Amino acid sequence: MDRRTVLKGLAGAGGLALTGGISAPALAQGASARTLRFVPQANLANFDPIWGTQYVVRNAAALVWDMLYGLDSALQPQRQMVESEEVTDDGLIWTFRLRSGLKFHDGEPVRAKDVVASLTRWAARDPMGLMIKAIQNELTAVDDKTVKWALKQPYPKMLFALGKNNSPCAFIMPERIAQTDPFKQIGEYVGSGPMKFAKAEWVPGAKAVFEKFADYVPRQEKSSWLAGSKQILIDRVEWIVMPDPATAAAALQNGEVDWWESPITDLVPVLKSNRNIGVDIADPLGNIGSFRINHLYPPFDNVKVRRAVLMAMSQEDYMRALVGDDTSLWKPLPGFFTPNTPLYTEEGGEILKKSDLAAAKKLLEEGGYSGQPVTCLVAQDQPITKSQGDVTADLLKKLGMNVDFVATDWGTVGARRAQKTPPGQGGWNMFHTWHAGADCVNPAPYNAIRANGDKAWFGWPTSDTVEKEITTWFEAKSLEEEKASIGRLNKAALEDVVYAPTGFFLSYTAWRKNVSGIVKGPLPFFWGVSKTA
Amino acid sequence: MLSYILRRILATLPVMAIVALFVFSLLYIAPGDPAAVIAGDQASPADVERIRQGLGLDRPFLIQFGSWVWRILHGDLGTSIFTNLPVGTMIAQRMGPTLSLMIVTLLLTLVVAVPLGVVAAWKAGSWIDRTIMAFAVFGFSLPVFVVGYILAYVFALKFEWLPVQGYTPLTEGFWPWLQNLILPAIALGCVYIALIARITRATMLEVLQQDYIRTARAKGLGQGGILFVHALKNAAVPIITVVGIGIALLIGGAVVTESVFAIPGLGRLTIDAILRRDYPVIQGIVLLFSFVYVLVNLMIDVTYTLVDPRIRY
Repeated sequence: MDRRTVLKGLAGAGGLALTGGISAPALAQGASARTLRFVPQANLANFDPIWGTQYVVRNAAALVWDMLYGLDSALQPQRQMVESEEVTDDGLIWTFRLRSGLKFHDGEPVRAKDVVASLTRWAARDPMGLMIKAIQNELTAVDDKTVKWALKQPYPKMLFALGKNNSPCAFIMPERIAQTDPFKQIGEYVGSGPMKFAKAEWVPGAKAVFEKFADYVPRQEKSSWLAGSKQILIDRVEWIVMPDPATAAAALQNGEVDWWESPITDLVPVLKSNRNIGVDIADPLGNIGSFRINHLYPPFDNVKVRRAVLMAMSQEDYMRALVGDDTSLWKPLPGFFTPNTPLYTEEGGEILKKSDLAAAKKLLEEGGYSGQPVTCLVAQDQPITKSQGDVTADLLKKLGMNVDFVATDWGTVGARRAQKTPPGQGGWNMFHTWHAGADCVNPAPYNAIRANGDKAWFGWPTSDTVEKEITTWFEAKSLEEEKASIGRLNKAALEDVVYAPTGFFLSYTAWRKNVSGIVKGPLPFFWGVSKTA
Repeated sequence: MLSYILRRILATLPVMAIVALFVFSLLYIAPGDPAAVIAGDQASPADVERIRQGLGLDRPFLIQFGSWVWRILHGDLGTSIFTNLPVGTMIAQRMGPTLSLMIVTLLLTLVVAVPLGVVAAWKAGSWIDRTIMAFAVFGFSLPVFVVGYILAYVFALKFEWLPVQGYTPLTEGFWPWLQNLILPAIALGCVYIALIARITRATMLEVLQQDYIRTARAKGLGQGGILFVHALKNAAVPIITVVGIGIALLIGGAVVTESVFAIPGLGRLTIDAILRRDYPVIQGIVLLFSFVYVLVNLMIDVTYTLVDPRIRY
C-alpha cells in the first residue's frame, strides 16, 4: 500500500460520508404548543418505582402508572382506580372494586389479578406494605374487578398506605410485569396512567419522553394532587435532564424549555427579573434538614452528648447556609413533623428554640466526652449536605469537639453510612441529609423517625417510648388520638435525639408564562397543565 | 504497511487487557455502593443488602472479574446496574453527540489554529505574532466551563443567535445539527487551538530557516506557496503528533463541555456513571476511550506516511 492508495481510500470514505451521512435537511421539530419541555430535579436513571425509590422515579412513574387511591392536597386518600371499597366491622377484611373501563397502555384491561401481583411486589419493599404483609392472611382476586385483602388484625391506615405519595407508591402494573422479583428491575414500562412512556426515545441521563394515553379514563372529580381527574391537556412531555443549573436557567430564559422543577435559590432572582418567567414555591410541604448521629459508638452512644449538640445548634445558621437570607423560604423547626400539616407539634421542642453554647459545653463534660475524633461525613456534590456539613463542623469545633471532617461524594456517603463498624474502622459518627416534608407528615412513611435499634434507619437509634408512640399512632381511631401520640413521640424523639433536625425549608419551581395549570405539591403534577404557542 | 497496521491492532489487545484489569481493580476498591444509591434515602440496610445481592455485587472480586472478562470476550459489555439497558446500547446512544462535537472541534481547530501559527511564524516578532501568541496564552489559561458560560451568555442569551443547550442529530438537518455544536466546539476548542497554534508557529520557525525555503524564495515563489505548500508540509509531522495527543484533551474536555451545554454525549454518561457507581458503564466507557486512543495513535503513525514519503513501515 502506498501513499496515493491511502489518499484515494480516504477521499472515497469522505465521499461516502458526505452522501450517506449527511442526508437532505429535514425539518427540525419545532417547539410545539402540544409538547411540554420539562427539566426534572434529577436524572431518570431507572424506571422501576418499586425497585428504585428515588423521588425522580416516583415523579415519572406517577404519569405512567395509576394507583388504587391517591392522596389529595388535604393529605386524605381518595378513590382513584377504585370504584368502591368495603371493610368488615372487625376491620379484618378489605374488599376493593375496580372502576370500569380501565386499560393498560398495551390495550389489555386492568384486572384484579394485576392489582394482587402489584400490591404483593409493593408490599415487599414499602415500610407500610411490609406492616400489612406481616398481618396478612391472604390477598386474592375474587373476580376480574374485585380484590380481597384479609388481615389477622385491623390496619386502620390501609387507604393512606395505598394512596400515599411517598416512595415506593402502590402503583398498579400488569401481572406479568409485577411478578418480577421486587429486588430486581422491571424491563417493560406498561401502566394504566394518563401518559405512556416512550421507551425508544429514552436516553438515561439526557431525555425521557411521555405521550398522552388516549384510552385513559379520568375520574370526574376535580384534580387534587394524586387524586381526582388526571386530565392531560398536552400530547407529549419531554423530560430534559440538565445537570448544570446555570444551563437550565439560561435554557428557560431562552425559551428552550418550559418548566424547570427545582431552580437553585441563587438563580431565582435572575429568573424573577424575567417577565416571561413565573416563579413560585414548588411544594408547600417543603423539606426537613437533618444530621444523623450514630448511636452505636462513643461519644454519641451517650444521650448527654447528643443533647449537648442539640442544645448548641442554631437552626438559623443551618437554614441561612442552606437557603440564604430569604426568610420566606425557611423557618426553624423545633420538632420532627412537617409544619402546617395536621400532626405538626412543637411538644418538647424547647431545646431547639434557643442555642445555649455554655450549657451545651457543660452537658458535654457531664457526658464524659474525652476528645475522641468525631467522624463527620459530608457529601460535597450535594449543595444541601455540603452547607449543612460546614455548619456542623463549625458547631462541633465551638463545642470543643475534635472533628474528623470527611469531605467526599454522595455515593461514598451512601455506602459508608450503612457500615456498623466503629468510626475509625470504616464507620462514621454523623452524616447529613434531608427529608421531603411529604415523608414527615406522619410516622407511616417516616423511616428516619424510627428508633427500633438494629432495624432503624442509619444511626440505629433505640427509644422504647418513640416506638411505643408510633404503635399508638397506627392504632389511633381519631385525629385527636393521633395528635396526642405524635406530641409524645416528638418529645421522646428530642429527648433521645433520634436525629437532629436542622430546620424546615422550601424550594422554588419556575416556568415560562405561556404554561398554565402548574400546582404546588410534593411532586410535579402534569394533569391540568397546558401551554400556548 | 497493511501488515504493520494489523500488527499494531493486535498489539492493542494486551494494552486493553491491562487497562481492563486496572479499571476493574480500581472500581472494586473505590468507596461507594450502587445498591445504596438505587435503594434511595429511605431504604433500610436490609433493602440495600438485598439489592446488592440481586446485582451480584456481594460476590468475590475474582468471580466478578472473571464473569466480566468472559462477557467481554463474547462481545457483551454487560448491562447497566441502573438503567437495565445494555452498556453497548447506552454507548451507541451517546456516541453521535460526542463524535459530532469532536469532529466539529477538530475541524474548527485545524482551520483556525494552523493558519494562525503559520502567520505568527511568518510575522515572528511583529505585533501580529505577539497578538496571536497572547490569544494563545489566553485560550490556554481559560477553563472550558468559563468559556462555555461566557459564550452561552453572549451568543445565546443576549443576541439569541444560537441555542444554549442540547443536541440535534444530523438526520434532522445540517444547520440544526451544527447550530447546537458551534458554541460547545468553540469552548472546547480554545485550549486546543492555543496548543496547535503554538506548536505550528514553533515548527514553522524552524522550517523557515531551512535552505530549501531560501531556494524557493530565490526562485521567486510567492509567500503563500512558500508558507502553505513547502514549509507547512515539512512542518506537518510534529503538528500531526500534537493533534493526535490533543484527542485526549478533547475527550477530557468533552466531559465538562457536555455538562455545560447539556449535550447527551459520552462525557456526561461517564460523569453520571461515576457518581452512581454504575460499574459496567464505567468499565465499558474506559475500555472504549482507551481503544480510541490507541487507534488514534495508529492513525497518526499512518498519516506520517502521507505527508512524508520518506517514512515507510
